Amino acid sequence: MKLAADLKNIQKHYDLGAVIVKALRGVTVEFPEGDFVAIMGASGSGKSTLLNLLGGLDRPTYGEYILGGHDVSQLTDDELSRIRNQMIGFIFQSYNLIPQYTVIENIEVPLHYRPGYPAISSKDRNRCIDLATKVGLADRLDHRPYQLSGGQQQRVAIARAMVNDPEIILADEPTGNLDSATEEEIMQLLEGLNNEGRTIIMVTHENLVARRTKRQIYMKDGLIAGEGIFPG
Amino acid sequence: MFQTIRTIRLALKSLMLHKLRSGLTMLGIVFGVFSVIAMLAIGEGASAQAQKQVLELGATNIIVTSVKPPQGAKKDDASTRVLSYGLLRSDYDLLTSNIPTITKGIPIREIAQEFRYLDNTIHGRLAGCTTDYLEVNHLEMTRGRFLTESDQKYMMNVAVIASEIAESLFQYNDPVGKSIQFNGDYYKIIGVTRRRTASAAIGGSLSGQDYNKDVYIPLKTFQVRIGDLIFQRQTGSFSAEEVELNQITLQVRNKDDVIPTADVIRETLGQTHGDKQDYAVVVPLELLKQADQLRLIFNVVLGSIAAISLIVGGIGIMNIMLATVTERTREIGIRRALGARQRDIIVQFLIETIVLSGTGGVIGVLMGLMTPYTFIGIKLFVDKFILNKSKGVSEVGRIFTEMEPQVAYWSLPLAFGISVGIGILFGIYPARSAAKMDPIEALRHE
Ligand SMILES: Nc1ncnc2c1ncn2[C@@H]1O[C@H](COP(=O)(O)OP(=O)(O)O)[C@@H](O)[C@H]1O
Ligand SMILES: [Mg+2]
Repeated sequence: MKLAADLKNIQKHYDLGAVIVKALRGVTVEFPEGDFVAIMGASGSGKSTLLNLLGGLDRPTYGEYILGGHDVSQLTDDELSRIRNQMIGFIFQSYNLIPQYTVIENIEVPLHYRPGYPAISSKDRNRCIDLATKVGLADRLDHRPYQLSGGQQQRVAIARAMVNDPEIILADEPTGNLDSATEEEIMQLLEGLNNEGRTIIMVTHENLVARRTKRQIYMKDGLIAGEGIFPG
Repeated sequence: MFQTIRTIRLALKSLMLHKLRSGLTMLGIVFGVFSVIAMLAIGEGASAQAQKQVLELGATNIIVTSVKPPQGAKKDDASTRVLSYGLLRSDYDLLTSNIPTITKGIPIREIAQEFRYLDNTIHGRLAGCTTDYLEVNHLEMTRGRFLTESDQKYMMNVAVIASEIAESLFQYNDPVGKSIQFNGDYYKIIGVTRRRTASAAIGGSLSGQDYNKDVYIPLKTFQVRIGDLIFQRQTGSFSAEEVELNQITLQVRNKDDVIPTADVIRETLGQTHGDKQDYAVVVPLELLKQADQLRLIFNVVLGSIAAISLIVGGIGIMNIMLATVTERTREIGIRRALGARQRDIIVQFLIETIVLSGTGGVIGVLMGLMTPYTFIGIKLFVDKFILNKSKGVSEVGRIFTEMEPQVAYWSLPLAFGISVGIGILFGIYPARSAAKMDPIEALRHE
């Protein structure tokens, strides 16, 4: 089985001068391609830190992280940017759309940073429209984020995460700000993406959400405490 | 290329997010660029004016004038009440015959005089001169002819009158052939000169000349009929001045000879006049060089003042861009998460700054182009509201009315370039600080 991401004894320390915060204290975990994982655990247990490392937003202090054949801990800042652009799709709890851009422009943002900076072709444009249609926003292309509901904004974010056809989608509490009906819509979208074969790693607090994934990882104090729903 | 156009479009989009703020920020650059162009235009106009004046005097001319010596100098002559000073006919002969580089000399004797025809009178300037006066002073005839050699030789009682004299004494009649009366004699009018713009004063030694209230007669006629001695009635007592010539205009063979010839003239007159200080030598070519130098100083001083306002504008831009970067920390985090490299962030904010300052620059250049027209407005205002106010105020006002700004076309790309440069200079720091942010922290920013 091919691995989408492979972490070996990953540690992440924050040096705050007086103290060193050990946010991750030796995480070893494998994510096969096509996996659908929920990361759970108490607040402060290191979930977001792990997700950020997985997404190449930061480098581990110790340990080895192999993503698509590269050891991420050795990459330069520019190379990390390229990894984020080409291999990762991010979905955030607070949507994180660019407020002055329309729906279609927000979906296009990752295209601006493709390697070699090719111009956005009409084919690219059509792909963005297709993605917007897929997440149910075909009639909102020229709306701005403030004109959309939370669920709609999160769907824009999902379309944006898909635009560069990434291997892995990382979602940090994607339904944390949404009501249960909207949560259901978002989960259906993510399930659909997973069924297409995409690896999805998602941080969540909600048992109902976690139950719909293939695998649950429980974190505690910067370590993986167990797998499956509520071990022990 | 497409990349740049797209980035500029997106930059505009971000700037439009805060229209008022962007507009106000731009204003600093607009006025900076405008003042650079306007200041240089004023300097350029002043020097062009000075050059025109000097060239009107003739670049190959040297002008020697009589100067009333400082009052103390003639104290012991006070009893006679005759003040005798100035250039002598012998000076004229000496200069024109002994200095080979001088090709022509025009001696002039002038007094203020009242002229009469029938019941009409007018005050003007009576000048005794020679034939060459016409050409050297760029005068033209509208009727009749100017003074000739034979008028001179036979000391004819003939006069050439200027346009304003003709208009006020003869209205619509042809003055030629009629007789004008002054100083107790009648003079037959042989010609009328065309209206000519007055020449402005230059330095302290050459006063401005209004050629339109002149009457010209042969110098010899002046000497014989009017003489050197002029009486003046001054509150109860008489005083008299004895002057042979008021001015000698000397024409030099070519430009290279002007400066050395002027030195010889100063030396020659220094010997005959001793320390009387009753003459001055004005060399237009020297004035031209001074004017050039003055322009340089003018441009540097005015240009620096304007440049300071540009820098102030730049600091304003930097201030706003720093605020923008802080405000858009989240956006920076998002872009970084989606794959933007540090360089991409720098380019983005730098282009935003350049679009801001460049747009300001374009508006400033357009306003700068309007400088001469703006000045017409300023002059109208000054004419209407300031010139008739108290003396101090109207003096300041006069400075404006005398300005003839000329946009220096080289200053347009210069000012625009500076505005873009300011954008880069003051944009680089905010842009770099944006790019250096930690993406995770930036994403967490509220
Ligand atoms: N930039 C940072 N500087 C210092 N400590 C941090 C930083 N980021 C996270 N931490 C610490 O690391 C631990 C894990 O944080 P996080 O991964 O955000 O937890 P979770 O997402 O599970 O709530 C917490 O104790 C947090 O305070
Ligand atoms: Mg978290």
